[in-house]
Amino acid sequence: MTDRHLYQRPDTLNDALAILASGNWQVAAGCTDLFPATQRKVLDGPTLDITGIADLRGITRTDAGLRIGATTTWSDIINADLPAAFDGLKLAAREVGAIQIQNRGTLAGNLCNASPAADGVPPLLVLDAQVEISNPEGTRHLPLATFITGPRKTALAQNELVSAIHIPAAAMDGRSHFLKLGARKYLVISVAMTAARIAVKDGVVTQAALAIGSCGPVATRLPEVEARLIGQPIRPDLITDALVAKAINPIDDIRADKSYRKTGATELLRRTVERLA
Amino acid sequence: MKDLANEISLSIDGDIHRVQTHPGRRLSEVLRDDLNLKSVKIGCDAGDCGACTVLIDGAQHCACLTPAIQADGRQIETLETAEPQLAKRLQTAFLNHGAAQCGICTPGIMMAAMELLRATPHPDEAQVQTALGGVLCRCTGYRKIIDAVMAANQDGSALRIPDQGPVVGQSIPRLDGQAKVDGTEVFGADFTRDGSLLIRAVRSPHYHADFALGDTAVWASQHPAVLAVITVRDIAGENAYGVIPPLADQPALADGTVRFLGEPVALIVGEPSDVEALDLSDFPVSWTPKPHLLTVEDTGDDAPLVHDNRPENTLIRGRVACGAPDEALSDAAHVVTGRFETSYVEHAYIEPEAGAAWMDGDVLTIQACTQAPVMDQEETAKVLGLPRDKVRIIPSVAGGGFGAKLDLTLQPLLGLGVLKTGRPCHMVFSRTESMQASTKRHPGTMEASIGADADGRVTAMVFHGDFNTGAYASWGPTVATRVPVHASGPYLTPNYRATSRAIHTNGPTAGAFRGFGVPQAAITQELLYDELANKCGMDRLAFRRLNALADGDKTPFGQVLQAVGLQECLDALAPHWARAEAAAAEFNATHEDRKRGIGVASCWYGCGNTALPNPSTVRLGITPNGQLKLHQGATDVGQGANTVIAQIAADALGIGIDHVDLIGPDTGLTPDCGKTSASRQTFITGRAAEAAGRALRAAILRLTNLSDLTELTLETGQLIAHQGTQKRVIDLTGLAQDAHGYVLCAEETYDPPTTALDENGQGTPYAVYGYGAQIAEVEVDLKLGTTKVLHMTAAHDVGRAINPLLAEGQIEGGIAQGLGLALMEEYLPGKTEDLHNYLIPTIGDMPPVHSILIEKPDPEGPMGAKGLGEHVLIPTAPAILNAIRDACGAKITHLPALPHRVMAAMKAAT
Repeated sequence: MTDRHLYQRPDTLNDALAILASGNWQVAAGCTDLFPATQRKVLDGPTLDITGIADLRGITRTDAGLRIGATTTWSDIINADLPAAFDGLKLAAREVGAIQIQNRGTLAGNLCNASPAADGVPPLLVLDAQVEISNPEGTRHLPLATFITGPRKTALAQNELVSAIHIPAAAMDGRSHFLKLGARKYLVISVAMTAARIAVKDGVVTQAALAIGSCGPVATRLPEVEARLIGQPIRPDLITDALVAKAINPIDDIRADKSYRKTGATELLRRTVERLA
Repeated sequence: MKDLANEISLSIDGDIHRVQTHPGRRLSEVLRDDLNLKSVKIGCDAGDCGACTVLIDGAQHCACLTPAIQADGRQIETLETAEPQLAKRLQTAFLNHGAAQCGICTPGIMMAAMELLRATPHPDEAQVQTALGGVLCRCTGYRKIIDAVMAANQDGSALRIPDQGPVVGQSIPRLDGQAKVDGTEVFGADFTRDGSLLIRAVRSPHYHADFALGDTAVWASQHPAVLAVITVRDIAGENAYGVIPPLADQPALADGTVRFLGEPVALIVGEPSDVEALDLSDFPVSWTPKPHLLTVEDTGDDAPLVHDNRPENTLIRGRVACGAPDEALSDAAHVVTGRFETSYVEHAYIEPEAGAAWMDGDVLTIQACTQAPVMDQEETAKVLGLPRDKVRIIPSVAGGGFGAKLDLTLQPLLGLGVLKTGRPCHMVFSRTESMQASTKRHPGTMEASIGADADGRVTAMVFHGDFNTGAYASWGPTVATRVPVHASGPYLTPNYRATSRAIHTNGPTAGAFRGFGVPQAAITQELLYDELANKCGMDRLAFRRLNALADGDKTPFGQVLQAVGLQECLDALAPHWARAEAAAAEFNATHEDRKRGIGVASCWYGCGNTALPNPSTVRLGITPNGQLKLHQGATDVGQGANTVIAQIAADALGIGIDHVDLIGPDTGLTPDCGKTSASRQTFITGRAAEAAGRALRAAILRLTNLSDLTELTLETGQLIAHQGTQKRVIDLTGLAQDAHGYVLCAEETYDPPTTALDENGQGTPYAVYGYGAQIAEVEVDLKLGTTKVLHMTAAHDVGRAINPLLAEGQIEGGIAQGLGLALMEEYLPGKTEDLHNYLIPTIGDMPPVHSILIEKPDPEGPMGAKGLGEHVLIPTAPAILNAIRDACGAKITHLPALPHRVMAAMKAAT
């Protein structure tokens, strides 16, 4: 039985997993989504704060690629020395709220919150991000696209938490870019956002990864459009309204309507790719 | 498991502070409540406004998003405790540049600025914008903040002191500014009496419903934290308040029926930490939802009535008519017609409603945010069933108002709490409560036709506006009256008919918001003027100049005007118009996907209440020990009344401004200066202050037997007067004291000469008008529909600029709100009840503003001055929308001009 006022901040991942197994806990890190969800002055519900676990924060190179610890903040990303394939992720980091939010908000929190407008998802999708999930039995990895299963829904089981995000070495090629469209400059939830990572060899595209967010229940890659770009010089004009419209499923909401999102997202994606040309 | 309460250690200003607190408590609460660091302001509790920005180990964080435990062992800096030298330089720069208006965002802004200035001592504009992007300001329009931060580390930044001689016309730093820039200002949430209880409201989750309360006594007994439950049965007086007494209809607590989402039905009172933590979802109330109306379109023939005694859901109608408009339109060489729709707009002051109350003897004393202390006193007394003199209102410094703090907000609720429990009480609205419960700008659905002759002279206009006034009357009648008076714009319109209707819905109550409906009407008129100018084949600025009102012209409501400075404003804009037009053409010649455009719009605005008495009274007294006290009852909500009124009084008396000691506002200490609304304080309270200053000067002349004063000073117990080489020293200690304790005193009242309007709206609704015009330069992305405002040029006729720095601050702040109205602000009840779904401009959205102050003195104004506060917002949105059409052809008829609406309008235009 877990009291709604309980709050735990363990030092190790093992302790955290043991606590998590003991009841119905919410996992807290930067709290940039948890606190806005309550009008109260104290975090509501039994809370497991994972920011005391030193191993969970930071960016490390591995043989397999790059590991981004779960509690790595957006500011950590901005300040890190990363290859050009991460330029899009850095641009997205600078668009998360404003500096106060970038100093607190974490990449893993952004993924676990699973908002359709999560700024981190499109740039991580184009990096083929794998989500490292820890549970009492060990760890498992899921592709980001599989991890987020719907608006505010993830594949996490109750006794699991995200411990890291891995970027495979193969996805660290090329350069990336990110654009966010909203009704004001800072502190804005996007109408649409696009990320692209493109690797070019001998003047032709060898890898193309494209993603769109805020235009459907979850952000999505665009494999059909990506395939079009391969084997040619960078050609934004190959990204057509019709092709993009097939890949996304936007809604009307207070920020924009469906038809605008379709054409706007396409234009934004063309510009994102154009910036890489 | 560990104990719930953990000890955390915070390193603050070199000391370690140990605090027992729940680890998951917001750091903002720990800093404010446990460590009394009240510069940390709470604007949203959601990371949307940045008012609680503090530095943790040197980096800016929202304290409201930080669990206390995450600050354990770290260095925390707030404005009170941060590096004193840097803080002082910033404070001086903020005062000199007029970068703090109400001051509620100032501490958060400064903390973000400090982080920047340590790393980058001499930042450029873009660096300032990025560093401060997370802190919202609703007053200043950010430009003076940018200037101040960039200037903070420049040498020689001493506080500006007034030049010798008269202070009217000088840009002196605001007299009440120091507390705003050092974090010590006491806003509504910053003060409680010892032992104060917390009040929370139980609010309706429905737009419209009947409800029945269950057994609240049993519920209370199950919740030991609850010391009292207050319902409509506890209301001893008349449970209907309002700003216009005959139409007062809003219950302090609903009685069986709720008419809008968030209407309060009960109050819970108890010890603060207990009541704060209560889950109110099991409060015993059963709801029976009823059909609801949210828009004017919903209020068709078969619509249910929001109030049984208001047929067709009509609160009131307004009308102004002259000449033969229908005939003139049919005879016109050119006619344009259009229909425009605006949205609910939220005031979004950064300070949610807050206050405290207690008994002082047998007087209920309420210290809370307000723009209208005397009305608060009258209406609160009425609701509570108390004699008026048993209620005292001390306005707390308001963290922005813009009209919504003109209505009662939490005053009667605070009073109910104190009367029921016999204990001091306090109440602080959450952001969502504030947005649900406060008034909004009226959504307008407006149609108009305007005609001109072959020479481009306007001959006629017909206008009708339906205004969604929401659940209760509030200021709906004022909007319905002001709009027909102003809908012609400041242009000669010989044949005219303007009608209006305020219509009830179950939306939030629409009330006063900077301009009382005139900004909405100006959008209609000024957008149609662009079409008409084009039809006439005239330059759009020249068309306005041709039709601009001038001295001696008669308005559609029959008033012959004096001191009309509009032509001067338009003439001042002419070179800027030419420059902007050339710049846009040059850009457009080389760009395909983005196009630039320019737009212009004008404003006029009557200062003071419409065709109603609205006097102000100012008292100026000298104490036996030689202190000069200015009883200044005009609430300063950031606009600067405390400074401007003092400047006028000082010059009228002929004494240095440093002698003036401000008192009030406080219904126990200051005579009635009316409401801070209708751009009336500089004009009306200013006139009373001028009269009081002159009367006191006359009394001093009589006492000293001098015919004039060339110098007047006060020293301890002495008044020293000079006339040239003659000197008189008056021993004040020997003089008799009046009832207020003054040995010399003057109290003067001014009420502007107006008349009631007849059935055709003819009369003299206002004694003084202000005028202005603005140019917007925008860039529209043709493929995304996004609009960037590049530059604004604003010329305003202020009659006499009492304090040019504060006047510019009003202009820039009004432009920011006008930009929001044009481009992003749309309050949708139930959907945008926070500051991440409801967008107001950030520091990155405000363009540079070039302000031009035109001074065409009005004989009726104090030293020639006219009002300005609301005028400045009126031209902005239509100028921007006209510029958008100029850039890309998109005719925006539904505000705000969100990107998808601009795209749709562009398509419709091709």
